[in-house]
Amino acid sequence: MSQINILAIANHPEILETIIRLINQNESWCGLPAGSLEEAEELLRLNSIDLVLLGVGVDEEAGERISSLCQSIDPRIVCLRHFGGGSGLLYSEIRHALVGG
Amino acid sequence: MKKNVLHPAASRFFADHGWLKSAQTFSFHGNYDPQRIQFGALRVLNDDTVNGGKGFGRHPHDNMEIISIPLEGTLEHQDSLGNVALIRRGEIQVMSAGTGVYHTEFNKDQDEPVTFLQIWLYPNKLNVAPRYDQMEYASGDRHNRFQQILSPDPDDDGVWINQDAWFHLAELDKGFEIGYQLKKDGNGVYVFVVGGNVEVEGQPLSVRDGYGFWPESVVSFKSLEKSSLLVMEVPEKW
Repeated sequence: MSQINILAIANHPEILETIIRLINQNESWCGLPAGSLEEAEELLRLNSIDLVLLGVGVDEEAGERISSLCQSIDPRIVCLRHFGGGSGLLYSEIRHALVGG
Repeated sequence: MKKNVLHPAASRFFADHGWLKSAQTFSFHGNYDPQRIQFGALRVLNDDTVNGGKGFGRHPHDNMEIISIPLEGTLEHQDSLGNVALIRRGEIQVMSAGTGVYHTEFNKDQDEPVTFLQIWLYPNKLNVAPRYDQMEYASGDRHNRFQQILSPDPDDDGVWINQDAWFHLAELDKGFEIGYQLKKDGNGVYVFVVGGNVEVEGQPLSVRDGYGFWPESVVSFKSLEKSSLLVMEVPEKW
């Protein structure tokens, strides 16, 4: 299975670090952290991203902006909101998105 | 989509970490079933037992309404908001994680296990200021009646959360029948049997079973033996 690149956006540094650490515990997943929208947009343009997690601090308007950018770069990029900020929901959110749930 | 769900106790995910035994109604941590993601805004219903002196070390949460209801024993809570508290059977704890909060939850007792329900609801607002609260409720106020322990309204009975949800407890004598009046049109009801045997709208349920459905207005309950219930009314969307 090819590697899944996951961009996680959150404005809470410790929570973002936790999410990336948890993502990278799965050998098939690679987490890229973005602490701001600008950083996220740059990473989206420079990398082949499969999945975007909209985390804490990303409001609805910013989420729509990121979703639109994903659509324009590659409509196959899945953009979803991450809730909980830790291990509880992260795996099932990602797995659910990867199977098209 | 509004779909009724029946979750027999034995069909839950079971995680045994030695110090923690967790029966999980919905997909959680490493457990995943696409048919077991949520019931409306209700996303997590974990039935956790933590060994004496053990607990959950410092970990973060955001954008989730997290409710804990001890069934046996005492939990010791500490969080990054500066709260240090004990929470016992007969109390409910709520944490609106919002923009981010760290916390620990440990069994206060060194010898006896603590058993509690850990419940997460999606919030109806993103990125709110984190908040912690707990309250004690009178045990006599749920004998053959519904006792409200949670609502969306800070001025109503129980703790409040950022969601159009209402939680009630009831302890029913054998043979007792009672109706639950829906608080908000369109909401769903998820019943979790803490103890005993009941019929809910004719659906038999045993201890630790869960049943989620979308009633018109009133829900009928019949207790087949002395029973203890948690009734969670939640919206479909959030």
